[in-house]
Amino acid sequence: MSDAASVSGHSTNKAGRFVYVSGVVLLCAWVLIPLYLLLVNTLSSPEAVNSFPKSFLPGFDLGSLEFFAGFSGMLVALKNSIIVAAITMVLSILIGAPAGYALSRFEFRGKEVFRLLILLTRAFPLPLLALPLAVLFIRTGLDDTAFGLALVHTTLAVPFAVLITFSLFSGIPLELEEAAWTLGCTRLTAFTKVVLPLILPGITASAIFAFVISWNEVFAAAVLTIENRTLTAFLLQTLSESPLHLKFAGGFILVVPALVFIFAVRKYLFAMWGIANR
Amino acid sequence: MAVIEIKNVAKRFGEYQALQDINLTIEDQEFMVLLGASGCGKSTLLRIICGLETATEGEVWIGGKRVDHLPPKDRGISMVFQNYAVFPHLTVFENIAFGLRMKKLPDDEVTRRVERTAGLMHIDQLLQRYSGELSGGQRQRVAVARALAMEPDVILMDEPLSNLDALLRMEMRAELKGVLAESNTTAIYVTHDQVEAMSMADRISVMHKGEIVQAASPIEVYRNPAAEFVAGFIGNPPMNFLPAAPAGSGQWHVAGQVIEGPQVDRALRFAVRPEDVRPAETGLTAVARIVEPLGAHLLVTCDIEGEMFRAVLDSDLAIRSGDKLILAPQPDRVRWFDPETTKAVA
Ligand SMILES: Nc1ncnc2c1ncn2[C@@H]1O[C@H](COP(=O)(O)OP(=O)(O)OP(=O)(O)O)[C@@H](O)[C@H]1O
Ligand SMILES: [Mg+2]
Repeated sequence: MSDAASVSGHSTNKAGRFVYVSGVVLLCAWVLIPLYLLLVNTLSSPEAVNSFPKSFLPGFDLGSLEFFAGFSGMLVALKNSIIVAAITMVLSILIGAPAGYALSRFEFRGKEVFRLLILLTRAFPLPLLALPLAVLFIRTGLDDTAFGLALVHTTLAVPFAVLITFSLFSGIPLELEEAAWTLGCTRLTAFTKVVLPLILPGITASAIFAFVISWNEVFAAAVLTIENRTLTAFLLQTLSESPLHLKFAGGFILVVPALVFIFAVRKYLFAMWGIANR
Repeated sequence: MAVIEIKNVAKRFGEYQALQDINLTIEDQEFMVLLGASGCGKSTLLRIICGLETATEGEVWIGGKRVDHLPPKDRGISMVFQNYAVFPHLTVFENIAFGLRMKKLPDDEVTRRVERTAGLMHIDQLLQRYSGELSGGQRQRVAVARALAMEPDVILMDEPLSNLDALLRMEMRAELKGVLAESNTTAIYVTHDQVEAMSMADRISVMHKGEIVQAASPIEVYRNPAAEFVAGFIGNPPMNFLPAAPAGSGQWHVAGQVIEGPQVDRALRFAVRPEDVRPAETGLTAVARIVEPLGAHLLVTCDIEGEMFRAVLDSDLAIRSGDKLILAPQPDRVRWFDPETTKAVA
């Protein structure tokens, strides 16, 4: 190969690397800087939050957080959030995992359309549905209940549960199940003895993801509940009239659990996206 | 008693005809080898017998009972899968014990059987490993041990030794055959290795494009191939073919020679195995093209009137490329095929 070619090859390589690194840095900054500012302001005294110029180091003032701990309704809202998220988690796995299994194991008419439809449910804007839903819920008595809200959150979480479990089941060769069948298993025992142990970590991840979706959801929660508000809806309502430093602290309380959960299940989210890209 | 009867079985995948009109009876305790090129439907047939696939048409009977509608677990069959299917979340021990535990055998019986079959397959050192920690060949042996431990009436094996090195393969071949003979199991064994087929089989079924072309003892398949495909598929190097024109009353013109043959009045194909010709005074006139010394023999690829013809000759003969040879076929080893149907003509 000629010198010129190898030099230019080298420099495109270098340029590519530069674009890559700066891309990574930019994306990280985009996510991390707001989070850092949120942290700084949460841990600063009210005066520091409102003053100018800003400090970029946290002041380790726990005043704002303490305020929330003592805020009436806060703990009830937290409890509601957890209940709703837990119901969402259970429902979306109970509905999503069998659908994911069916998609990966059976050939049926309209399978591709079905897969597309699952994704399309996410294209429906919730605000459009909010009013009819609210009316329907009031008629059936589901309004302002944790279960009713969990139902809505389940519809949001199920597509992801289906896609994640579909990719997990697809990763388990059918031969393993077939081998179990020839060794004396029924479809059910083969599932519990072979597939389930292999898939359990992934199911857990998909459950946590459903939990996070419910935890983060604010629109349906704000529209469909009044007394039994979840944390997001509660904070949204309260914080709009609160001073700045409390807004920061409230935001922080919302973000952290979601971040921790997502971090815990990141491996499986990549798996899901890998499938969705195909 | 486990006779396997396959009656008029056909299988279509959409438009694709994977199997057609398979009729085969495998006797109790017989060792039947399915031999055929890749994609000819061997695995599909095994999967139908085992119940993992349903036949589009036809019936499967095992031990005098129709089993088409029974799930795999109720057919009294063990299967060794082409790609092992060793459970990754269990140790080798638990893999082999899996079926025994499903049968709820007592623990000491399970341990006894696992250790026995693991010993047979030379994997007794690996019992505590997981499948991720095994080589392909070791996994394959775990799969065989798992099937043997069930002590089934019928065992189906889909290329169970394909991943072993030549030496181990030869050893396991003999041992597997011994174990199965001792345990009174009816076996169907898939392979595309004809040496394996020849050395292990009671009978060989040669498959081609979804059909069974011939089912007979190894020597019969070798000596009297029922169709040109079998003649060309079995034997290394395979059988030679030459065009033959009728010369009246059972006489045939083959490469300028007149040879005795069957009494039919249309063109046939003359066939003879490479080791069944000998240099002589009169015979087929050939020109040597490639001469390959193989130690015990000399493989000579020649040209007879534009057709390729291989001869396996004595290695003492001094033959060089370009030499003219006269090759006499051994009369009782000559076979004839109908070019229309490709079937053998007596
Ligand atoms: N589920 C399926 N859907 C469609 N076609 C299939 C299916 N399973 C097998 N086939 C086709 O049927 C034919 C026979 O396949 P089979 O697996 O039985 O071959 P084989 O003889 O076992 O080959 P090999 O020696 O390579 O294992 C092949 O052409 C294959 O493409
Ligand atoms: Mg196969």
